[in-house]
Amino acid sequence: MKPPSAAELERRKIVSINAETVTDVTSTDYPGHYPGEDHVWDLETFRSGLRIEFHKNEPLEASFSVIGVDASIANAFRRIMIADVPTLAIETVFINNNTSVIQDEVLAHRLGLIPFKGGREGLHTFLKWKKKPAEGTDDNNLFDYNTVMLSLNVECTHNEDAAEGETDPNKLYRHASVYARDIVYEPIGRQGQYFSGDDIIAPVNPDILIAKLRPGQCIDLTMHMHKGVGSDHAKFSPVATASYRLLPTIDILKPILGPDAEKFARCFPRGVIALDKVTRQEAAQEGSGYEGHEGELKAVVADPMRDTVSRECLRHAEFEDKVKLGRRRDHFIYLIESSGQWDSDAIFLESIAHFKEKARKIEQQVINMVR
Amino acid sequence: MAPKSKSTKETVEDAGVEDVSMSEAPTSHQPNVEDDASMIDEGVEKEQEYDEEEEPEEEPQRVKLLPGSTPTAASFEFIDEGHTLGNALRYVIMKNPDVEFCAYAIPHPSEPKMNIRIQTWEGITAIQALEKGLKDLQELSDVVTEKFLAAKKDYAERVASA
Repeated sequence: MKPPSAAELERRKIVSINAETVTDVTSTDYPGHYPGEDHVWDLETFRSGLRIEFHKNEPLEASFSVIGVDASIANAFRRIMIADVPTLAIETVFINNNTSVIQDEVLAHRLGLIPFKGGREGLHTFLKWKKKPAEGTDDNNLFDYNTVMLSLNVECTHNEDAAEGETDPNKLYRHASVYARDIVYEPIGRQGQYFSGDDIIAPVNPDILIAKLRPGQCIDLTMHMHKGVGSDHAKFSPVATASYRLLPTIDILKPILGPDAEKFARCFPRGVIALDKVTRQEAAQEGSGYEGHEGELKAVVADPMRDTVSRECLRHAEFEDKVKLGRRRDHFIYLIESSGQWDSDAIFLESIAHFKEKARKIEQQVINMVR
Repeated sequence: MAPKSKSTKETVEDAGVEDVSMSEAPTSHQPNVEDDASMIDEGVEKEQEYDEEEEPEEEPQRVKLLPGSTPTAASFEFIDEGHTLGNALRYVIMKNPDVEFCAYAIPHPSEPKMNIRIQTWEGITAIQALEKGLKDLQELSDVVTEKFLAAKKDYAERVASA
């Protein structure tokens, strides 16, 4: 049996998107699916088929394409980024005094959700998990390597310098609004080595509003931060967004010309479809559909990655049978937005390491099971 | 539980008999066979208060073979695993030509359990297929890391030169 042609392999990678349905969704690259074809897992085949391309790489936002992996693998990385990569967040709040209108438990919850940053080495290597105290003991297991202490102590007072007739509470009073920047980090033990200067533990965004006060009201509390994972509580998730989408494909099967071409381009986000002039060669070619249209505008696909796959073009009768929409099953466009404690690209790397460690641990478990 | 040396046919019959004698209760109601090694070294922990080196804690057994399994057709139960590992492992085991069937399930969303069913052709046991799958996933991770770092470097150079 002869091996499948390149065109056939390409066709198999496309998920078809029709006006009302989606077809060819599941991957078929398994041994035994196609007679005479092998599709066996092979590391070198995987290595040569895998491609990664960056589109954007900033600390708080990274986008890249991973091409040549199965959805199950791509999804594992995404899930790990959201739920298994650890971060430091406020876990316990000790309220000494809270005379604000916001209730203790609501305030504590708001504090927990504030993302913090700090020295990377300290966060990732020095800080360890806080172990749950053994049952029946009051040993709280709090150490410099598993707990970060913060405090927040603000009192609202009248501002004597405020102008006559001032009505803005933020000018009329001092500390009428409590912001994340009012939280003070209190180093303990060896933490000073890791979290000082630029590496100090501080909110990623200092302007997060925590509470509003009026003269005479105050908030006085201390907080403990611990390491945790997103599967326990979303506040521990290192990402605001970690998602992927499949690369859209647009195939123009028959020429779309003139005013139709302009209408076609308007069916897509800007930049997806470009308008070119039909060349003399194209017009001279018989059976191309361009005969006698030299110099007219024709629609060409410029940048399918920008498409949202709205399927608008499939709603118009003039484009029927002229266009085929799809998505590439093995082309994942990731978008990762870090919440600030990690660099976005580092979160992805960490998810791969986590995945490997998961597999390694389970392998050991399987060996133990057999023994 | 599944003796490797026996031929498939014998074990199938054996398993049939064994099945009846085994507890019919759902897995959640079967007695836990965890070794409590983690509780023993409680006293030791106190001494290393200031020593952050994590002690290599003995992990409880999280993988077990489910009753009714034969060498070439087995179900495994994974505790504290989910779709993340389940689907990836299912994919890579299905890529093995000696595997006739592989699927995973999460029997109930309230239980932190994931089951994998593997049926193999002659010549390889289900356990061997599972081990190969886990090895393949680790190798795959290394390749992705390698390519990701290369792509990151390429991009940084492209941005710098632009």
